[in-house]
Amino acid sequence: MSFLVGENMTCGYGGADILHACTLGVDPGEIAVVVGPNGAGKSTAMKAMFGMLHLREGRVMLDGVDISALAPQERVIHGMGFVPQNNNVFTGMTVEENLEMGAFIRRDDIAATMEQVFGLFPILREKRKQPAGELSGGQRQQVAVGRALMTQPKILMLDEPTAGVSPIVMDELFDRIIEVARTGIAILMVEQNAKQALNIADKGFVLVQGRNAYKDTGAALMANAEVRRAFLGG
Amino acid sequence: MTDLLNALVIIANFIIVPGLAYGSQLALGALGVTLVFGVLRFSNIAHGETMAAGAMFTMLFTWLLQSMGIGFGPLPTALLALPFGIGAAMVLCLATDRAVYGYYRRVRASPAIYIIVSVGVMFVYNGLIRFVVGPQDRVITDGQRFIMKARAFKQATGLNEGLAIKTTQAVSVGCAVLAVGLLFWFLNRTRTGKSMRAYSDNEDLALLSGINPERVVLITWLITAALATLAGTLYGLDKSFRPFVYMQLLLPIFAAAIVGGFGSPLGAIAGGFVIAFSELTVTFAYKRVLAYLLPDSMAPSTLVQLLSTDYKIAVSFAILVIVLLIKPTGLFGQRTA
Repeated sequence: MSFLVGENMTCGYGGADILHACTLGVDPGEIAVVVGPNGAGKSTAMKAMFGMLHLREGRVMLDGVDISALAPQERVIHGMGFVPQNNNVFTGMTVEENLEMGAFIRRDDIAATMEQVFGLFPILREKRKQPAGELSGGQRQQVAVGRALMTQPKILMLDEPTAGVSPIVMDELFDRIIEVARTGIAILMVEQNAKQALNIADKGFVLVQGRNAYKDTGAALMANAEVRRAFLGG
Repeated sequence: MTDLLNALVIIANFIIVPGLAYGSQLALGALGVTLVFGVLRFSNIAHGETMAAGAMFTMLFTWLLQSMGIGFGPLPTALLALPFGIGAAMVLCLATDRAVYGYYRRVRASPAIYIIVSVGVMFVYNGLIRFVVGPQDRVITDGQRFIMKARAFKQATGLNEGLAIKTTQAVSVGCAVLAVGLLFWFLNRTRTGKSMRAYSDNEDLALLSGINPERVVLITWLITAALATLAGTLYGLDKSFRPFVYMQLLLPIFAAAIVGGFGSPLGAIAGGFVIAFSELTVTFAYKRVLAYLLPDSMAPSTLVQLLSTDYKIAVSFAILVIVLLIKPTGLFGQRTA
């Protein structure tokens, strides 16, 4: 069993279920990517794993412990970090304040972690006194990822980190994400740019209509003719 | 030259000095409204009555201190009673939040419901205040009445016109500067203050960062109670304490908060002064000023008053409508009111 795993998750937003017995998992130092067509329930699966949705069936296990009943804030304390797809920075606060707020639950010195984040995203050091709302899309995503890293999470969950950024910025973001994974953090992300994402993925999950359609290594999914034809545009 | 100075002194005496004092009081009131809007996300109609309640508590403690023979030298005794009044208002706000607003937060009520709820709270506070001290007009100001008297100013400068500065006016401006300084230091420099801004900026992300919403709400009420008590007491000292006046203050205070941009503390302060000076400049009779400035043959025979003082509330209302039509986000705001 993986370090973080959502098992047989079935849930929705009140009405019909969106996810049907969907299972996702990731291990430390690994990048797991969730891909699939629009409306497959990728973002819903992330929310379910982070406790923002009530599971009707199934459970979420972290390091062998059932955390299904924990609220999102408690999951943060247990070492999970989440970068939502939209509204993922405090627009009216400076970059530095965004990072400080990311580390809100920590009572120890956060200077070293902030240095690490600035090391990972050098542009943020330059812009640290600027309100995050004034940054470009790519820079905002860096702030968003940086904010989530400030708690020194064991698992980082990203919901479409490259949405709305240019291809060059996307490649750069992916490079940074690989760097983060190399430090031993487990990364679980949803991606719209399936090909590029599967290229850097250790593990890939293809969701279709809320169900697991394929699960394999990133390379194997890229090589799978059926997956390529159906989801990766040939 | 003397004519020009005389004209300036009239303007200082009747517009600038009272405007700074009134503007400070409005700014403090608007700060409370804007904080509740930013953090709790509703327009608190009960804020005027919170000010009245805070002022009432301060008045009660002032009487107690006066009866014990404790005074504050040249300054009003009410300033000594202020911390106790603020404490009582904090208890009132927290009790209201537990009994009323807390429930609507749990059921995630819409802002419209919150407004109606706060109207209910306003009526309850209103009744409570009348029950405790009654509706009559009271003067609680003691100590030295003037910092500068009109006659002393005339003698010192040799001008025809006098400039008077009441102690309460100086106290209003001084207290407002102090309170605003403290508030901005708190919001921009402390961890708790920053977490309040973060919660106001993006509630969901604040939750994801582990910020405890109940704590943010608690602190917001404490600060709101302090600001409301301060604003209410300063207004009561400057004019007189009459409970129903605070309900009428609600309009200029909301106008100030909206002009500045709802949810923006800086905007609330700017808005307070915009409203105060607009009210005063529009309702001021310029006859004597013009008499000094114009040649005798052109001296006005009427009062040259744009609007009777009875209509001063219309000024706030007009500004409110203009802002909502032209720039609904206000001067400093990002959100529409």
